[in-house]
Amino acid sequence: MIKKELMVVTKHEKIAEHIFQLTLQGELVLEMGNPGQFVHLKVSEGSTPLLRRPISISEINKDKKQFTMIYRAEGAGTQLLSKKVVENVVDVLGPLGNGFPIDSVESGQIALLVGGGIGVPPLLELSRQLVAKGVKVQHVLGFQTNNAVFLEEEFAKLGTTIITTDDGSYGYKGFVTDAIKDHNLQFDTMFTCGPTPMLRALEKLHGQKPLFLSLEERMGCGVGACFACVCHTGDDPTGTSYKKVCSDGPVFKAGEVVL
Amino acid sequence: MLDINLPGLSLKNPIMPASGCFGFGREYSKFYDLSQLGSIMIKASTQEPRFGNPTPRVAETEAGMLNAIGLQNPGVHKVISEELAWLEQYDVPIIANVAGSQIEDYVYVAEKISQANNVHALELNISCPNVKTGGIAFGTIPEVAAQLTKAVKEVSAVPVYVKLSPNVANIVEMAKAIEDAGADGLTMINTLIGMRLGLKTGKPVIANKTGGLSGPAIKPVAIRMIYEVSQAVSIPIIGMGGVQNVDDVIEFLYAGASAVAVGTANFVNPFVCPEIIEQLPARLNELGFEHVTECIGRSWKADAKTAHYSS
Repeated sequence: MIKKELMVVTKHEKIAEHIFQLTLQGELVLEMGNPGQFVHLKVSEGSTPLLRRPISISEINKDKKQFTMIYRAEGAGTQLLSKKVVENVVDVLGPLGNGFPIDSVESGQIALLVGGGIGVPPLLELSRQLVAKGVKVQHVLGFQTNNAVFLEEEFAKLGTTIITTDDGSYGYKGFVTDAIKDHNLQFDTMFTCGPTPMLRALEKLHGQKPLFLSLEERMGCGVGACFACVCHTGDDPTGTSYKKVCSDGPVFKAGEVVL
Repeated sequence: MLDINLPGLSLKNPIMPASGCFGFGREYSKFYDLSQLGSIMIKASTQEPRFGNPTPRVAETEAGMLNAIGLQNPGVHKVISEELAWLEQYDVPIIANVAGSQIEDYVYVAEKISQANNVHALELNISCPNVKTGGIAFGTIPEVAAQLTKAVKEVSAVPVYVKLSPNVANIVEMAKAIEDAGADGLTMINTLIGMRLGLKTGKPVIANKTGGLSGPAIKPVAIRMIYEVSQAVSIPIIGMGGVQNVDDVIEFLYAGASAVAVGTANFVNPFVCPEIIEQLPARLNELGFEHVTECIGRSWKADAKTAHYSS
């Protein structure tokens, strides 16, 4: 059930260039479960910035009633958020959207998780839940440069983890698609989250296999009412059929929507 | 204390979500019982289904938001058979927003949708800034607006409210023309046309280039226009434009609105409408009012006591 709650900051630290990890505590965590969902944050009490910020959930700890998110402090809103300190409160609406379908892969099968930049964080909770289910996980995580790399250790504990950087300053030099090919990675199901060009490339190369993509789109309400984040459906690419990224997604099966 | 009668509408309170900011209610029904609302102004319906504009469709501004959704909707027949039928489970009168590109479109939609059981009034959308054909002329030329109002009045089974655009030089002239054409009420204001440019690209940040500005940034414009129009016409006004809280509602009533719609604030706080409804009686008491109608037009009326409008 979607709830709105003033949640308490229990941990907040910078983990890479412009990248922050924020842990919040509150009852709302008990509503979370599906990896790939997101929350909508009000970062100021006033009218500027006006809208909430959608940020993906990267870890859920129901025992402690805590969840963690990782975000890039880039615009005015996320920069304001980055100033929050322990014991501050944050206005959280969530959990929102439909996450990755972990039922689509069975124990003993191989899942390949591919993330790009700020699309990496939601894959961590997914990886944990898949491992707990007995799925073998592999990760390919793409970043721009070495200063932007984060969560490598956490992912490495769960399964094979290949880091790529655009400039080759760390790990494999090149795109995640090239790394998958060069390492000859085999898998039963792929889950991915990241920039649209990356998702498009993965869908083109691997869309014939079970492939689930988490999309990003600018949102207004986050709950499906404003129709800001719609996309065409794959079976009606120029017509009037649509899906809303915020409430029908953000995770879609390959081919379900036009990227 | 909160009940109010407007043409076609016996409202238990004067608070309603504004068209375009509430979909057809399904999403917010997960947050609270929609029967608490005075009314719901549902998303615009057109004759044919519309996908709307390319994305990105929204951009943030100082204390506001630009949007260019483009009237996305499933078409009037699906709105009636699916959305309005679903809304019948709630004890709330619906104001159906009607849009089109030419008079015949509006007439078609108005005739059909006004016959739905729970539609108690129409809101003619002559002011959407985000459609390329039709809308602008209907909303900015008084003679054209009047002609459209007359045509819709002839076929509508329920009272007709017309939503005024703020993107005009003389809002009073427009309001009078629409009143003379037979409109039962006005809703005002729609969004102001605006634009934002990306610093890195130098290009407009929303795909439609321009969008409609909403949110608290436009509240002073709405207040001014309602203040002017409400003194010049005899038909009631449902006010909107940057309403965020109970004090904003009272300010709109003071300006001359008889009911108030909440728009963009729903995106920020999905509970904003029931919160305002809950807070309104106490705030009215604090200000010395026994009934919400006593606030209407207080800014310009010598005697703040006003009669209920009745259909």
